[in-house]
Amino acid sequence: MNILSLFVLIPLLMLLGLWLSRNLNQVRGVMVAGSSLLLLTAIYLTVDYLGIRHAEAAAGVTDAPEMLFTASYMWYAPLHICYSIGVDGISVAMLLLSAIIVFTGTFASWKLKPLTKEYFLWFTLLSLGVFGFFISTDLFTMFMFYEVALIPMYLLIGVWGSGRKEYAAMKLTLMLMGASAFLLIGILGIYYGSGAQTMNVLEIAKLHIPMDMQRIFFPLTFLGFGVLGALFPFHTWSPDGHASAPTAVSMLHAGVLMKLGGYGCFRVAMYLMPEAAQELGWIFLILTTISVVYGAFSAVVQTDLKYINAYSSVSHCGLVLFALLMMTYTSSTGAILQMLSHGLMTALFFALIGMIYGRTHTRDIRQMSGLMKIMPFLSVGYVIAGLANLGLPGLSGFVAEMTIFVGSFQNADTFHRVCTIIACTSIVITAVYILRVVGKILYGKCTDPHHMHLTDATWDERLAVICLIVAVAGMGLAPFWISDMINDSVTPIINNLISASNL
Amino acid sequence: MEFNYTILILLLPMLSFLVLGLAGMRMKHKVAGAIGTTVLGIVAVLSYLTAYLYFGNGRSADGTFAPQTPWNFEWLPFTTNLHIDMGILLDPISVMMLIVISTVSLMVHIYSFGYMKGEVGFQRYYAFLSLFSFSMLGLVVATNIFQMYVFWELVGVSSYLLIGFYYTKPEAIAASKKAFIVTRFADLGFLIGILIYGYYAGTFTFTPETKMLVAAGGMIPWALGLMFVGGAGKSAMFPLHIWLPDAMEGPTPVSALIHAATMVVAGVYLVARMFPLFIVYAPDVLHWIAYLGVLTAFYAAAVACVQTDIKRVLAFSTISQIAFMVVALGVCIGADTHEGLGYMAGMFHLFTHAMFKALLFLGAGAIIHAVHSNEMSAMGGLRKYMPITHITFLIACLAIAGIPPFSGFFSKDEILAACFQFSPVVGWMMSIIAGMTAFYMFRLYYGIFWGKENKELHAHHTPHEAPVSMSFPLIFLAAVTCVAGFIPFGNFVSSNGQSYDIHLNAQVAITSVCIAIVAIVLATIMYLKEQQPIADRLAATFKTLHQAAYRRFYMDEIWMFVTKKIIFRCISTPLAWWDRHVIDQFFNFTAWSAQASADEVRGMQSGRIQSYCIWFLVGALVFTLMLLLI
Amino acid sequence: MDIHVVYYLVISTIMLFAGIYGFFTRKNLLAVLISVELILNATNINFAVFNRYLFPDVFEGHFFALFGIGIAAAETAVAIAIIINIYRNIRNIQTDNIDELKG
Repeated sequence: MNILSLFVLIPLLMLLGLWLSRNLNQVRGVMVAGSSLLLLTAIYLTVDYLGIRHAEAAAGVTDAPEMLFTASYMWYAPLHICYSIGVDGISVAMLLLSAIIVFTGTFASWKLKPLTKEYFLWFTLLSLGVFGFFISTDLFTMFMFYEVALIPMYLLIGVWGSGRKEYAAMKLTLMLMGASAFLLIGILGIYYGSGAQTMNVLEIAKLHIPMDMQRIFFPLTFLGFGVLGALFPFHTWSPDGHASAPTAVSMLHAGVLMKLGGYGCFRVAMYLMPEAAQELGWIFLILTTISVVYGAFSAVVQTDLKYINAYSSVSHCGLVLFALLMMTYTSSTGAILQMLSHGLMTALFFALIGMIYGRTHTRDIRQMSGLMKIMPFLSVGYVIAGLANLGLPGLSGFVAEMTIFVGSFQNADTFHRVCTIIACTSIVITAVYILRVVGKILYGKCTDPHHMHLTDATWDERLAVICLIVAVAGMGLAPFWISDMINDSVTPIINNLISASNL
Repeated sequence: MEFNYTILILLLPMLSFLVLGLAGMRMKHKVAGAIGTTVLGIVAVLSYLTAYLYFGNGRSADGTFAPQTPWNFEWLPFTTNLHIDMGILLDPISVMMLIVISTVSLMVHIYSFGYMKGEVGFQRYYAFLSLFSFSMLGLVVATNIFQMYVFWELVGVSSYLLIGFYYTKPEAIAASKKAFIVTRFADLGFLIGILIYGYYAGTFTFTPETKMLVAAGGMIPWALGLMFVGGAGKSAMFPLHIWLPDAMEGPTPVSALIHAATMVVAGVYLVARMFPLFIVYAPDVLHWIAYLGVLTAFYAAAVACVQTDIKRVLAFSTISQIAFMVVALGVCIGADTHEGLGYMAGMFHLFTHAMFKALLFLGAGAIIHAVHSNEMSAMGGLRKYMPITHITFLIACLAIAGIPPFSGFFSKDEILAACFQFSPVVGWMMSIIAGMTAFYMFRLYYGIFWGKENKELHAHHTPHEAPVSMSFPLIFLAAVTCVAGFIPFGNFVSSNGQSYDIHLNAQVAITSVCIAIVAIVLATIMYLKEQQPIADRLAATFKTLHQAAYRRFYMDEIWMFVTKKIIFRCISTPLAWWDRHVIDQFFNFTAWSAQASADEVRGMQSGRIQSYCIWFLVGALVFTLMLLLI
Repeated sequence: MDIHVVYYLVISTIMLFAGIYGFFTRKNLLAVLISVELILNATNINFAVFNRYLFPDVFEGHFFALFGIGIAAAETAVAIAIIINIYRNIRNIQTDNIDELKG
């Protein structure tokens, strides 16, 4: 049994377990057991992966396979659709991230009501899609899991959300579905354009897609994934969606689902169509540079906590795509690091916001103040998340951003340089909006009498927060191993891109 | 090998921070304070030991103290050449900084025992102090520019946390935010400078290959200039100085440690660190830095003359004194010990200034502790109540005014000598500014310890001398201030590492002492008495000027205009509006138009047979026509 | 003397269009049914006329007209049955009220 299939199997078993469970305790039991198992599997996979890679390096293997743990089962022969799986450093990192967030998300929605069982059913289905996406190497299977991850979002926001939830859910679903329509065309274009007898990404990468087809299908594919990565101007689903979603869904969405976009752009669009990426990359580079700065500036004047973070996510996810389009080894490594880092810290942010909202029943920063005295644990957590977000060394944000900026600067083209410098300014703006919120809601004197009696975090919330803080700090303090793991894996993709530019 | 223990200098404060930060709230105040202080004590001992061993090792064959790198490991790899290393670099200036930081920090730790007694969050306070000490020590021993940046950011954050220590006070919140954002803005320049430097020099270390630098040509001055922008932010150079006066909202010992002695000189240290590159590849940039320094020194001195909040006066005096150091570095015209006299002078002044300025701040803290106010109006005549504070404060004032034999005289004299060597104009300007320094410091001194006593306030609450934990640091630092001038500083630190014997330039020394004495006499005439007719009349005559200086020449208003009006009003708000109302509405419009057209099409399905039939007929006719026409 | 064929055709055309017009505009189902009868009879006339003038030797056209009459009768029977049922259900036979098919 391939270890990767566990990532699909465990959620499936969880779904079965949830379906059979009769009361709240059983539901929670299934969720805790399943998500812990997933987390353990992900950690084991990481260790195993690193072990194998180190052994290869020690043995001096020069043609080490790009992916490990590969397997393939024919699924629909006429179109060569296989269930083919495999991981490299990037997917391992993403799997680990997803497992952490599913685990903490479970605890963050510990007391969720009503319809707890149904909620967790959809939640698990969503994570099934996410895990499936990251392990797939087959274009069609990947696409299928992508859709599996999208649909539950509609129900999770529409049923368990808050505020204008129907509107937000509909908007989010429609925009992402629209994007996936582009994506489907793109994928079919790749399949037919390459003339491959397989849908496997690794096989297609060896073939060459004619340039005039790339010119059509690269933008479609990149846009299809880019919408999920909150590419300007297709980012507007994200503020509304995040604002209306329940806590754990926001976490999973900003933490993992938005990463599908960046991952797909890199693995599918840029890897398979390197020439077009070189030729048309500049258009998207402009859009992502706008994303980065625009998101940051927009966040400055928002008054709803979740909107602030949603715009901040636009900015940070913009940085992911930005770094990918810089097309150097270091910047791509930085992009993947940023996905990880942003996933962890945004999840932390949304978890904390959810917990604060659950107590104060408002997310308007003008109506809160002095929470530091009332809920010290949550407030300190919020400060740490904020500091991670604005790139404090020792936390994950710094590592990722610096790798991106140093990497981007390696691209000696003047246009790219200018974009890099513009993107750099976002770190100042980030400080502005983070400190504004921290100053407004945590510091000062508590003025609202209703807030005086609120309690601090309960054990389940503490567990979720501490897990995420440990992950954020762990990545920030010891970035070398994870950076190495990713760096080796982006090499083939960037090699592809560089050889394309030399044609 | 022998310096392997230096890692403890970094690790111990770090551990102390973690312990106090995680478990501090469950500790008694005394325990938490004791942990922090003990750790700093050990760090101080280790620093002295390091200095002793390092300078005791003697010079290597080329006459310099060889740099040592006892620790260095790759922390974050970027490319084969570029990676962030974490390590410890020992060379004359970093060892000197170790001594400065550990001494002042230890004194502040001890002092805080008395000053912060009974405050809520005492443990948190010590945790943050440990964090700061860790970051600052890490900054000075950085083996490469990126490590420096890492710790640079960390000191920024610890400064933010400490300024905002009284987090229920709105002014403190605003000040901490301002300090962080302004320095962050400056750090952007630093970061871009590092990026350029990394790309063109091909390394982040301080000793790139010469051929890379030559090939880079015009980019290296850019890199160094941008790095200095970061330094200007931390070291409060005009116009990025605005955060420092506000930073005085933090507890006074913090001001002494961070905003007077250590963190604010990081910019000077940065320039000194990059000095070998500056002097060879970007001498013009260096001179521009000197001019900026002159401007800042003058501006801050002018403002300091009219402030009434004693911490504000000290803050502006700090800005002015740091500018002296910057000028000293900037006026170097060559790398050898004579042409690079300013380098030595700047470092020397950094050293002496740290001591006496910390002393001034701690003294101010003792005063504030006694009268519970920062305003000079609440003080006056305190010499009777607080003799120890009075004497130590006077020593510091004499030192900063440049009166021999106190330490400030020697270092300032070297700076002036370097300035005269560079250009007489700069030399005279700096001499006058030194005179202004003497004037405003003695205005402050008389205002606090002489002048009119605020009987009303003092009757209500009699001022008293500070407890031992607070007066000991004062006495210690005063003693250091008395003797530090006689340290043969040039034998340890100089621009090219060669030994340099300090010899006083008699002409410069006499001039500067004369100017200082005149200024002090002037201040005595104006401010010694209870009634101050001259001062009042001057203020009335130059009302506009006085008001402008009091409002710090409206620099804060200008910055507020830029941030509030331009960034918030003119950029962010329209962008947010644009996002909600244009981009979002475009997608909403798309959705709406799909729905509207669907509604239209739906209307055709009326369910009425007759309308279906009409369509059928029309269709049939159309087809017929088509058949006929084709 | 023979009546010219055009006269027959004019009559049947008038009948046809009158039927079509009635079919589209009458709101009463019975009137619609009558209109349908008009259309059918217009075609019956045409069958008979063309058979008489173009192929006088054969009788297919006449037979077809007879068939048409028969089918029209049957259709009327069915239609009236439906109309009665509709009347039972909705208590009138106005076409406007019969729009259950709409989307």
